[in-house]
Amino acid sequence: MAEAETLDDFDETDEDVKRFMFVNRKAPYGTIYALEVLEMVLITGAFDQDVSVAFLDDGVFQIKKGQDTKAVNMKNFSPTYRALEGYDIEKLYVERESMEARGLAPEDFVVPVKVVSAAELADLMAEQDVIISG
Amino acid sequence: MLHLVNKSPFERIALHSCLGHVREGDSILLYEDGIYAARKGSATTDRVAAATGKFKLYVLGPDLAARGIPSDQVIDGITVVDYGGFVDLVAEVGPVQSWL
Repeated sequence: MAEAETLDDFDETDEDVKRFMFVNRKAPYGTIYALEVLEMVLITGAFDQDVSVAFLDDGVFQIKKGQDTKAVNMKNFSPTYRALEGYDIEKLYVERESMEARGLAPEDFVVPVKVVSAAELADLMAEQDVIISG
Repeated sequence: MLHLVNKSPFERIALHSCLGHVREGDSILLYEDGIYAARKGSATTDRVAAATGKFKLYVLGPDLAARGIPSDQVIDGITVVDYGGFVDLVAEVGPVQSWL
């Protein structure tokens, strides 16, 4: 006979932890994708999952320093990327090809990132359990 | 004639298509994600800089600021305008083509 469910059944075990990668390919503000993905990243981090966040194509603009949205009447969510560390989300990757095509460098970003090649990013994607795109 | 471009030149061909249809003396206003085309030092800079010699190029300042691009990173020859300037262009330059 099965034991009654107890709170112990919901304790974290290694089996409960999946590898999630969030793939950001959109610039902020022009569409809602960047903000929606950021909210999913925070939720996933709150559930103590293994979270990676990748920025490629126009997604690299999400973490550009110096964003000031007062005049467009939108929320500037770029400071939130700096809060990810507090959720133990520290695997942030920027694709080198995307960054260089846009004339950006690691010092242009609001958070420390690991710059990887497209091939390296492809390998990281292949290692994940779940990939969520925006 | 005024051409409006609000899509990133890295993601869409809107600006490319616009530049293929614009006539000498026309005006082009970059706004929303279109403003990324106005920035120096990127893969699209040379093409846009070349266009400043033939067309009047404008970029919307509030959208530059929102995306963290200071006006000193804007390609020479592109004029930064505010919302009032946007309205003035629409009113004065007409007809308007949006390259969505």
